[in-house]
Amino acid sequence: MQLSPDNQIFWQYGFVKLNATIVFTWLLMAILAGGARLITARLSTGLRRSRWQNVLEIIVLAMEKQIAEIGIVEPRRFVGFIGTLFLFVALASLATIVPGYRPPTGSLSTTAALALCVFVAAPAYGIRDNGLFGYLRGYTEPTVLMLPFNIIGEISRTLALAVRLFGNMMSGEMIVAILLTVTPYLFPIVMTLFGLLTGMVQAYIFSVLATVYIAAATSDRGSRPGPGAHQ
Amino acid sequence: MLIDWFTVTAQIVNFLILVWLLRRFLYRPVLDAIDAREQRVAAAMTEAEANKEAAERERDVFHQRNEEFVRQRAALLREAIREVKAERENLYAAARREAEDFRTRQQEAMIDDCNTLKEEILRRTREEVFAIARKALADLAGANLEQAMVDTFLRRCRTMEAGERSELQAVLKSPVGPVCIRSTFPLPDHQRQAIEREIGENFNYGGRFCYECGPDLVSGIAVSMDGHQVAWNITDYLLALEQGIIDLLLDHPPADGREATAAATGGGTVMATPPSSQGADRHG
Repeated sequence: MQLSPDNQIFWQYGFVKLNATIVFTWLLMAILAGGARLITARLSTGLRRSRWQNVLEIIVLAMEKQIAEIGIVEPRRFVGFIGTLFLFVALASLATIVPGYRPPTGSLSTTAALALCVFVAAPAYGIRDNGLFGYLRGYTEPTVLMLPFNIIGEISRTLALAVRLFGNMMSGEMIVAILLTVTPYLFPIVMTLFGLLTGMVQAYIFSVLATVYIAAATSDRGSRPGPGAHQ
Repeated sequence: MLIDWFTVTAQIVNFLILVWLLRRFLYRPVLDAIDAREQRVAAAMTEAEANKEAAERERDVFHQRNEEFVRQRAALLREAIREVKAERENLYAAARREAEDFRTRQQEAMIDDCNTLKEEILRRTREEVFAIARKALADLAGANLEQAMVDTFLRRCRTMEAGERSELQAVLKSPVGPVCIRSTFPLPDHQRQAIEREIGENFNYGGRFCYECGPDLVSGIAVSMDGHQVAWNITDYLLALEQGIIDLLLDHPPADGREATAAATGGGTVMATPPSSQGADRHG
């Protein structure tokens, strides 16, 4: 049994390889983008609208509301990034009910990639809102002595973000695979259901933590809780 | 190794592409649609609010106009009632005036009719009485009425009281004009001569005489001199008869005093009438 879908390689040329992680990611991207394109092709601005449009509006507004509740003043700016994190992770988890599917989030490469995106996005938003000096000054607060600890916290939280998602998704997949060999009938199904729940929770946690990091970076450094406060 | 850095790089690129795609096809269209709908709802709410305010203004204006209309109607009604009352009073007054005028005209017409009737009765009575008396005297006593009246007139002149006589003598002593003998019937010459002789003897008058004949004396003879008159006729009879007839017509009791007066005069009257109203009637 392969621990990561990275190891399931369909095609390789040199260091360029086409593994299951990338393929299923493309599949998820196609579903998300294609579905969104189909639904939003005929959007109604009136009071009468389609069911799918209602679903999309509910999802988008819920994400925007969740971002606003965390403390971001202009949530619409971050809906694209954080909402995509949530939808990608959530759909990757929901798709596990399809036989033969392997979630890309079960790959540490994918979770690391997402965590690196958050690792880059948070300072980028912070610098854009507060300027480079204003953002870097936050690392010296409350005192200069906290600078190394803040840098370590910034790195460690990114690592924790990646490992947490990877561990949950990989473990759920591994538990189901192991149980299939031990008790092949009912128990794996129940565990799959638990895996769906765990995947949704992880998607929520991942996106909320990313929102918190971005909110901490974009807010005034004097009032924010600190780089590693939400790990 | 759990991390494949090519896969990491590819996933980063994939994720960024996915972010772009979803922002392009999901977030922006959905949020734009929501914004457009909210704007439409807000516009509709604003329009509804404006319509509500306009309706409230219209309602207030309508209420004001309605109240003003009610006030004007009440004022017009009061004015109409006042004018109607005034017009009614005017009509009543005009009707009363017309009724009063009509009643007055009726009374005047009735009085005229009464006077006309009274004169007609008096004239006819006079004629009838005179004719009956003449016929009765001629048939029963073989006497002539005119001659008897002349004789009686002459006897009255002879038997006149001294005071009256002296008063007439004083008048005839210096006459202004001739003594005028007026009678109902034409006097023949011998009667004229008898009257002239009697007046000349009794009142010492030697002047001229003139004679008039008219129906108003009613079978009588009158001597006029300077506003004084000595008459002998049946006027009092006729007046008593006239009053009796009038009383009968008006359903009044007969005037006893008038009958008593006519009886006391013995059926005739000799009047010496002064020119002024202070003079006393002379009854023979």
